[in-house]
Amino acid sequence: MQNKQSNSIRTVVATGIGAAVIFVLMKFVAIPTGIPNTQVNVAIGFLALLGAIFGPVAAGLAVFIGHALNDFVTYGSPWWTWVIVDGLIGVAFGLAKNHLKIENGVLGKAKLIWFNIYQIIVNFIGWVLLAPTGDIIIYHEPANKVYIQGVTTWIVDSISVAVIGTILLVLYAKTRTKRGSLTKER
Amino acid sequence: MQHQLLIGYADRHTFLNRLSGSTKLLCFVGLSIIGMMTYDTRYLIGIMLFSLVIFHFSKIKYREISFVVSVIIGFSVLNLVMVYVFAPHYGVSIYGTEHLLLGNNQHYFNLTTEQLFYEFNLLLKYTFAVPLALIFLMTTNPSEFAASLNKIGISYRVSYSVAIALRYIPDVQSDYRTISLAQQARGFEISKKAKFMTRVRGGIQILLPLIFSSLDRIEIISQAMELRRFGKGKHRSWYMAQKFRANDYLALIIVALLILLGGLLFHVNGGRFWNPFK
Repeated sequence: MQNKQSNSIRTVVATGIGAAVIFVLMKFVAIPTGIPNTQVNVAIGFLALLGAIFGPVAAGLAVFIGHALNDFVTYGSPWWTWVIVDGLIGVAFGLAKNHLKIENGVLGKAKLIWFNIYQIIVNFIGWVLLAPTGDIIIYHEPANKVYIQGVTTWIVDSISVAVIGTILLVLYAKTRTKRGSLTKER
Repeated sequence: MQHQLLIGYADRHTFLNRLSGSTKLLCFVGLSIIGMMTYDTRYLIGIMLFSLVIFHFSKIKYREISFVVSVIIGFSVLNLVMVYVFAPHYGVSIYGTEHLLLGNNQHYFNLTTEQLFYEFNLLLKYTFAVPLALIFLMTTNPSEFAASLNKIGISYRVSYSVAIALRYIPDVQSDYRTISLAQQARGFEISKKAKFMTRVRGGIQILLPLIFSSLDRIEIISQAMELRRFGKGKHRSWYMAQKFRANDYLALIIVALLILLGGLLFHVNGGRFWNPFK
């Protein structure tokens, strides 16, 4: 078992490397949807795994840093409302850690279904409720434009987590030793 | 994919390089926040000119940034078109008057001066921070960046995460390329010639090794840092940290005055919009 000290170091490192991976994924593996500034985002599938392993702090900060850096070098300045919403979604994915208990190596169907319902709700709150509202208040953009961007992002991100996130979670769980898999020899 | 993605830092021996990273960070964040809030066209144009002048002094060559600039222009144009398609009367509802240029009142797509003016403001808002961001990126040493985050009050653990991210982005990028080439050598087609589903499957074949090798890397680095007693002390000193000099204070004062001016304009305009149609 790891003690508290080494856990906090792991969080720092997971945040840094996670941000680097998210940055690279956002940069290279982005498939446009046709609506400006919304893409099929592979990075958010990875975020689900990062949250399930390292918890809310690492996942939230990693996506915040990764997204802000990516905006910085592609668009010149970060689009803060979306960066913050992405960070919150990372935190929410991280909160699923205690329920999924992926380190135990068992990830049944029930947990996967629960996680997918959870992520769809989280994405809905983030992309359909928070992000467009922030855009309207802070950037004063027309409502129907930002809502259509929000809804598109919600749909593609949910699909991305449902497919890529689920695959990653299952594969990662397989690499862990199952809890209680050892039996005492008689 | 061959062009350089992370536009690079280089010591260009200008006064901007000699400013401390914390100063540049504070100035950039301050100006971008006030620019995000305000819709005063005069102010936005002023900041834009100010940053272009500074940009001129930074001795950054156009060919170093031409790719980024074209991406930004594409992004802004797409957004402006989309705003027009979804809300061609938004300017009218903001400024309260209607000066028709094309079409008539009955049509959904007519063109008003207000709408043009609103979209011009949007364009300014999308682009005014770009010269500042480029200056910041290209004159600040990445290692100093983490030190300056810590200096302006962000905990050193978070600053160190940012430092790790900046340090490992090139590594993850080259891992990605290596894995991608290896998988292509094994016969996974991921170029545009392949069908969509084949491409997706090829993409996942790259993703899995990349992610699992990164998870290994997290373990290795955190063990190494634990061996070197990271996180034992309350504070941390930074090799790249710079002391504030007279120029830093001068720059901070100028930017603070600019921000104050922006705040004052809210008051003068009675809101975030400057309305020339009244």
